[in-house]
Amino acid sequence: MADVPNDAPEHCPGTSSDQAGKSSACQGCPNQNICASGAAKAPDPAIEEIRQKLTSVKHKILVLSGKGGVGKSTFSAHLSHALASDDSKEIALLDVDICGPSIPKIMGLEGEQVHQSGSGWSPVYVEDNLAVMSIGFLLSSPDDAVIWRGPKKNGMIKQFLRDVDWGEVDYLIVDTPPGTSDEHLSIVQYLSGAGIDGAVIITTPQEVSLQDVRKEIRFCKKVKIPVIGVIENMSGFVCPKCKNTSQIFPPTTGGAQRMCEELNLPLLGRVPLDPRIGRSCDEGRSFLTEVPDSPAAVAYQNIIFPFFCSLKTLHLVYFSLFIYTDVISH
Amino acid sequence: MDSSEKGSLAQVKHVVLVLSGKGGVGKSTITTELALALVHAGKKVGILDVDLCGPSIPRMLSVGKPEVHQCDAGWVPVYADPQQKLAIMSIGFLLEDSDEAVIWRGPKKTALIGQFVSDVAWGELDILLVDTPPGTSDEHLAVLENLRKHRVDGAVLVTTPQAVSTGDVRREITFCKKTAVKILGIVENMSGFVCPHCSECSNVFSKGGGEELAKLTGSVFLGSVPLDPLLTATLEEGRDFLQAFPESSTYTAISQIVNTVLSSLDA
Repeated sequence: MADVPNDAPEHCPGTSSDQAGKSSACQGCPNQNICASGAAKAPDPAIEEIRQKLTSVKHKILVLSGKGGVGKSTFSAHLSHALASDDSKEIALLDVDICGPSIPKIMGLEGEQVHQSGSGWSPVYVEDNLAVMSIGFLLSSPDDAVIWRGPKKNGMIKQFLRDVDWGEVDYLIVDTPPGTSDEHLSIVQYLSGAGIDGAVIITTPQEVSLQDVRKEIRFCKKVKIPVIGVIENMSGFVCPKCKNTSQIFPPTTGGAQRMCEELNLPLLGRVPLDPRIGRSCDEGRSFLTEVPDSPAAVAYQNIIFPFFCSLKTLHLVYFSLFIYTDVISH
Repeated sequence: MDSSEKGSLAQVKHVVLVLSGKGGVGKSTITTELALALVHAGKKVGILDVDLCGPSIPRMLSVGKPEVHQCDAGWVPVYADPQQKLAIMSIGFLLEDSDEAVIWRGPKKTALIGQFVSDVAWGELDILLVDTPPGTSDEHLAVLENLRKHRVDGAVLVTTPQAVSTGDVRREITFCKKTAVKILGIVENMSGFVCPHCSECSNVFSKGGGEELAKLTGSVFLGSVPLDPLLTATLEEGRDFLQAFPESSTYTAISQIVNTVLSSLDA
């Protein structure tokens, strides 16, 4: 049964929810008895469909935060560009931020539309070997708001994974919205058959960010996603005039470094604030090619290059560390 | 209609949402500073924090981890000050472990927000500010549905200057229009950084997008707030920035925004 059947009432909790058939919203729904009996909670067949569809996708990486505005989409986009600079690799970028899809703009793909073919939805190609999918491509105007509750967002994410014709892909990068809610649970649920290699966590230095990021790391632990590492973004600003560094977002509680030490996670690197990053994103261009010698571009390359040289090894090492730490802390 | 029928908001004069659409633009920061400015102006203020996954308000106002008590009229809000001029409710107060993740789907979030709106004994307030998470989803719909019995005066929309932000805020403006929420105005946050060493102004997150967005959408431009490490630092420490740095240009910017919002509420 669909997560929210067509004949369900407005506040349907979803057929796979604990409240299915029991919520006050279920009163009068024709499916109430089925849901209350638990019959609707059988594993979603889409999970197996997605597993089969994604057998052609070698690696799946989530980009998470917990905190908004720290640079998840910026990192996802530029990671994709960097990986795609190797012509022999096929890269896919999936944007599951349903309410605030930034990827089309950052990738210079605003106004593009998705086409349907016999084998499913065709993603939008920004390079021959770099495919992108976002709800942004399904909206007809930049003012269109996606005012959807959780179950409808979940349905969209299921379609993105099941119905997009990704083809043979070396890396699928998934950009997420902030938080630990429907989109995150759905991605984990629908990829439970296909598998997730791990998550990269983005933060900024200040405690207001870190307190949300720690929750995201807990989420990863709960749903058993290996944390590949943490990136501290907006880490210092060098004045273009006098070259002094200011901590606009001060690491008052030790920044990502201390958090990583406490949680035994790798700090993959720090990226400084650079106005040219924002400008490149607004213009839909990769700042790795626009300003390759900038400290921010160099920082990105230093993060990305070793990370993907030995993804498999890192994955095994960090996964083991994560599980080990979990075992000894209990 | 007696006050018990109108519920816990019966003695709340004004309700203002702080929205964005984009994450990380400073909604909680602007909510906090607006609240403090209003308290300094002699108002009784409440903050309802409906960001259930990432509640920032408790730390910004240094209220720690108090217990939330019940009284006959419902849950007692947590007061940030001994004079009880600033009342707060946040899921942050209900978590035993501050690192605990709230991993809830929409219906559960909707239910708690319903309780926050209906079951908190706010008492007499001049203004209730509602801090929201980014997006146009369950939390936003839940707040509006539960506030239907009570008037919502309008929303302050926060953006940063660059197009990636204003792009999301345009969608939030559509949300406001579709849900008949009046837009009180747009604040452009993180609007330029003045180097403390040489006073050079850098447009770290581009420039002017908030004002352009206001023109494009026919909204009031409430003002720009600069990127100010002193503001970030005081929020980290849960201190009152407006008391600590009354001479700063950030203080002036925030005061102007508050005055404009108050005028539109009294109009």
